[in-house]
Amino acid sequence: MTLESITKTLSLKMITVDQNLSHEITGAYVSDLLSDVMANAKEGDLWVTLQGHPNIVAVATLKDLSGIVLVNNRQPEEETVRKANEEGIPIFSTDKPAFEVAGELYMLIKEK
Amino acid sequence: MRIFRADLHIHTCLSPCGELEMSPKAIVNEAVSKGIELIAICDHNSAENVTAVMEASHQTSVTVLPGIEVTSKEEVHISGLFNHPDDASSMQLLVYNHLDGKNDETAFGLQVVVDKDGTVMDYNDKLLIGATNLSLENIVQAIHDRRGLAIASHIDREGFGILGQLGFIPADLELDALEVSSKVTLNETQTIFKEYRNYPFLRSSDAHRLSEIGRGRTPLMMAAVSFEELKMVLKGEQGRTICYEEQGI
Repeated sequence: MTLESITKTLSLKMITVDQNLSHEITGAYVSDLLSDVMANAKEGDLWVTLQGHPNIVAVATLKDLSGIVLVNNRQPEEETVRKANEEGIPIFSTDKPAFEVAGELYMLIKEK
Repeated sequence: MRIFRADLHIHTCLSPCGELEMSPKAIVNEAVSKGIELIAICDHNSAENVTAVMEASHQTSVTVLPGIEVTSKEEVHISGLFNHPDDASSMQLLVYNHLDGKNDETAFGLQVVVDKDGTVMDYNDKLLIGATNLSLENIVQAIHDRRGLAIASHIDREGFGILGQLGFIPADLELDALEVSSKVTLNETQTIFKEYRNYPFLRSSDAHRLSEIGRGRTPLMMAAVSFEELKMVLKGEQGRTICYEEQGI
């Protein structure tokens, strides 16, 4: 399933500019410890977190993640959005908690 | 100039996780008995006990710096050390304006405000264990606006340490020093954290009980014990320096 269809199905709000949405998403990773994401997330994963610090863009770039979903209506800092647009990392927000986002993603990606 | 022992991260009974035995005089006496001449009081998100400990240190061999350990919205702990208690109070005001919630004493512990003799003056009812909604960058800037030193707490700890929470230290973050716990020696910081060797390292106890005071400490080469001298140490000015090799001190 592409990132674009996932964002539509989950009604994710796009925060960054419209780019890099055609990736096929085959996995996701949920964590708020960036050191853990650096150690354990897999290339192409969609990352679900509540951290909005600019470092999330660097970590996503480093790990070649497909995008970042901020849960619980968390908003990224301005600098985060600026860097994400520069690096081509899509960032989305949702008012759902991480558990629900992870559950819905699991149904979409893994249950196919 | 000579070497002074410093332990720049000590909690009092005000921190919910701090033992009640962490009263001003007991902290100062413990530091005196361990030959520590410079300490800093850094309670979680509050500086309400710093003046009491400073007063308790009068006419002893210990100098007390006012400080506060702020929890950022990323759940990173950053300590601000100040020259004057008014600067710590001003930082505290900013923190209180960005900190929600009430303490649950059963769940987190008592938050006791005391005078220099350890007499209970008040119980702080804010959720000091919680996180502010201030970003790391805001906190460092606010500390500097108050002429303070911004130190990333216990970077060797995964929880609440900057490296654990954020993966790496943002290059543009103007930290004055990085702190490690007693689990790492000052010498080891130079290899374990070699990519951050341009920062000065401090080793502190993060003491929550008396016996822990001084378990992590830093030997500082200075002309006297003062905030200004510490600032010179961190900048490496005029021969002031951190003695990374002095394991025994």
